[in-house]
Amino acid sequence: MSKERLSRRFPTISLGDYGMLIALLALCLLFSLLTLKRQAGTGPAAETEMVGVVLNRISGSELALIVGASNTDSEILARNVYQQVIASGRDTARLIVGTPRDLRLALDEMAANDQRLGGIVMSGDAIKWRVIEQIPMNFPQFSNYLLAVPSERLWPDFLKASNLLAIVERIVVIAIIAIGMTMVIITAGIDLSVGSLIALSAVLSATVVKAFGGADAPGWSVGLGFLVGTLSCGLIGLFAGSLVHRFKVAAFIVTLGIMMMARGLAFMTTGGFSIDQVPNSFVWLAQGSIIGIPNTILLLVLIYGSAHIFMTHTRFGRYIYAVGGNAEAARLTGVPVGAMILLVYTVSGLSAGLGGCLQASLVRAAAPNMANMYELYVIAAVVVGGTSLSGGSGRVFGTLIGAFIIAVIQNGMNLIGIQSYTQMFTLGGVIVLAVLLDKARQSGGIRQLFSRN
Amino acid sequence: MVASPNSNAPRLLEMKEIVKAFPGVKALKGVSLTLSKGEVLALVGENGAGKSTLIKALGGAHLPDSGEIRIDGEAVTLPSPHVSQLEGIAIIFQEFNLVPKLSARENLFLGKEIVKNGFIDRRAERARAGELFQELGMSIDPETRCQDLTVAEQQTVEIARALASDARIIVMDEPTAALSQQEVDKLLSIIRRLRDEGISIIYISHRLEEIYEIADRVTVLRDGETVGEAPVSEVSKSELIEWMVGRPLEEEFPKCRSSPGPVRLKVEGLGRGTSVRGVSFELRAGEVLGVSGLVGSGRTEMARLIFGADNLDTGKIAISGERRIIRQPRDAIRNGICLLTEDRKEQGLILIHSAQENFGLPNLNAFKKGFLIDGKAEAQAFDSSRKNLKIKVSSGAQKAGQLSGGNQQKVVLSKWLEGNADIFIFDEPTRGIDVGAKYEIYLLINALVARGKSILLISSELPEVIGMSDRILVMKEGKVMGEIENAQSTSQETVLALALKE
Repeated sequence: MSKERLSRRFPTISLGDYGMLIALLALCLLFSLLTLKRQAGTGPAAETEMVGVVLNRISGSELALIVGASNTDSEILARNVYQQVIASGRDTARLIVGTPRDLRLALDEMAANDQRLGGIVMSGDAIKWRVIEQIPMNFPQFSNYLLAVPSERLWPDFLKASNLLAIVERIVVIAIIAIGMTMVIITAGIDLSVGSLIALSAVLSATVVKAFGGADAPGWSVGLGFLVGTLSCGLIGLFAGSLVHRFKVAAFIVTLGIMMMARGLAFMTTGGFSIDQVPNSFVWLAQGSIIGIPNTILLLVLIYGSAHIFMTHTRFGRYIYAVGGNAEAARLTGVPVGAMILLVYTVSGLSAGLGGCLQASLVRAAAPNMANMYELYVIAAVVVGGTSLSGGSGRVFGTLIGAFIIAVIQNGMNLIGIQSYTQMFTLGGVIVLAVLLDKARQSGGIRQLFSRN
Repeated sequence: MVASPNSNAPRLLEMKEIVKAFPGVKALKGVSLTLSKGEVLALVGENGAGKSTLIKALGGAHLPDSGEIRIDGEAVTLPSPHVSQLEGIAIIFQEFNLVPKLSARENLFLGKEIVKNGFIDRRAERARAGELFQELGMSIDPETRCQDLTVAEQQTVEIARALASDARIIVMDEPTAALSQQEVDKLLSIIRRLRDEGISIIYISHRLEEIYEIADRVTVLRDGETVGEAPVSEVSKSELIEWMVGRPLEEEFPKCRSSPGPVRLKVEGLGRGTSVRGVSFELRAGEVLGVSGLVGSGRTEMARLIFGADNLDTGKIAISGERRIIRQPRDAIRNGICLLTEDRKEQGLILIHSAQENFGLPNLNAFKKGFLIDGKAEAQAFDSSRKNLKIKVSSGAQKAGQLSGGNQQKVVLSKWLEGNADIFIFDEPTRGIDVGAKYEIYLLINALVARGKSILLISSELPEVIGMSDRILVMKEGKVMGEIENAQSTSQETVLALALKE
């Protein structure tokens, strides 16, 4: 498919369509500025600098310690520097990754073996270790050694790779479920059951895994568990859709009922307990990566990409918009209205089911009370993303932006140390504001919004 | 406002040179009307002549662009229904304004409840309701829910409500459209009683007989203008129709004669409830079959049955001699039938979507490339359709809701033409469309006929049906009352006579 054809389908996209993207970027900029501070250097430039220090400024006859605190940026730096140093033929270097205690033990060992310390290379969190401060006092035999850290640079906490990944992990479940919700809301419906379906799906998957051996269960059983969880939720979605379509019951009430039923089922399945007897492969879905890219990001790209193409470039997508735009006119134009309603609620159920598997995989456990109130965050993401609750309009990518706006606001407020109560208040205000702005855009300006006609 | 008696004895109501325009249509181009105390004024005109707009201006629903409304000689502005009500104007629309689940009494006093000590005084309300119903000669239990009342009883509740708010002017819009003859007689006697008590009535009706029976004077509207005004006793029925219709028919309708081909659609014994009862007819290739009848005669319902929008109770549909089962619009479309609905905004188009999307919706299969829609092919198809039908849009992305009535109708037509339909059911194709665009629609109908398409033309405008059809079916109360073989040589009175036949 050529790019040209993609753009032709929506020949004009007004500035208003970019409004939310601009808002998201503005928020990122704001939090970047607010969290700007001097950071210990990381990344290739810092690595090269440190390799240079080890090779040129520490004598080959003395030992160079390359230190990193485990599970931080400094670990990555330390490992990479060590590899490059060894690769360049230097053998008097030692890698220490772990806690201050590990460094202490290494120094003790060196003192016992009467080795000479040429220098310590480190970054980030390791700099603050007291072990390092206390070397002159505890190990008087080491003198004239070098302490080297990468040059500091000005960089916002917000934009650190680890923080950006944290934002993605925080929002991935909501963002994926929001795809189904977007489709439902475009048909002028609503699905309140998704929060409970997360819990049900998580609990069902974990129960299947537990039945195949719990912590020792084979990898295929994890796959089977996820499949069972996702498909069951799909079936429940289909059931909701058929009630909405066949009996013309308001979607709000149908899915409110199913929300409670699904939550009840989740509790009944586990007898109220959490399940955490799961094998390591259980966490791969949400915490693993393929060719260096985290699965969460791959999933988001894959699912959002295909949902976008489905909604804008296939018959069924167009039908879904038509159903929400005017169901009667759509029916009289030959659109299979009933089938579309069934489809969107099924997709909503499936996406909630997948979301449940992801959530369980993220926290390595399944609890029947998890994901409380998630349906409201999901609806908020869809609405902030510019989809109208009255149906017929909205964009899948708008929803992704909406989800990220919510995640960025939460994350940013955490970083600058705002209390959680204040956060809740602010987030609610942002949602109200977003909806008002969207309304203003539709009615042609702020002034129209306040005029009585 | 308190009316002060004036030495010139002003009319109770005067509307002078009222002008009201809507986007794309000038509904009122200078309408004048007067009404005296205790007078019954008949307001007649074809559909689209401006009657409802005028009434809505009086009821405070539309604010006129220019012109003057005087009550008791004093100029008033009626910016809202509430103000209009305070001036003593009550309007009874065809669709009653009653809350179905509330009782007759509750509806009667809705918004003006009789209150004692902060609570509703049901006893007083019940007594007053009883009085009002008695005055109107109807025995209605005030505690019956409105949804359980007959149409005539609901109408009485509306009239009683007008009286309860001390209305001096009561407007009735097609009050007899859904009544039986007996009920009509009863209504007319109620109107006489009101008139004798000094209340003035504006009576809108298509039924000329009733007008002669009840009205003192008649005012005729056509295309948003007052074209005639006279005491009923001084104007003949044919004069009245001529006023309503206006210009000679030959100029208005560019009908091309054609020689119809074989029977394409054959309908036998079509029925659904009481709205359509045993309708049978044949429609040939290259033929326009007009369907006439008053509002509520079952024309639209019959069309919806053929299109599968509603389900049949009885009847058979055959296309080119083969029986077809049509359960839903999809089946009809597959069989080459399409319906251009009366209500384009609610049923024909998705107003918040673009013209091109509306055009493409039923034809997406034709633009498919693998699983995906070929947007380029769709845009090209729309473009050529736009040129053929002369649809005025800024681009394919313009929202259907922003188009004028005529262009909306063309977009609806374009989507069906693209799907290569053979049978076109037009339901009021020119309603709310200005004269120029009407003419274009007629030309398009001619073009369809020339291509051998079959057309069912439903219209309330008699001249349109007579001017554009080859044959005419006349319906009343869901039944075919008669068929006129040679439409071109018939008269409006012949059609009306069939439509009103008992």
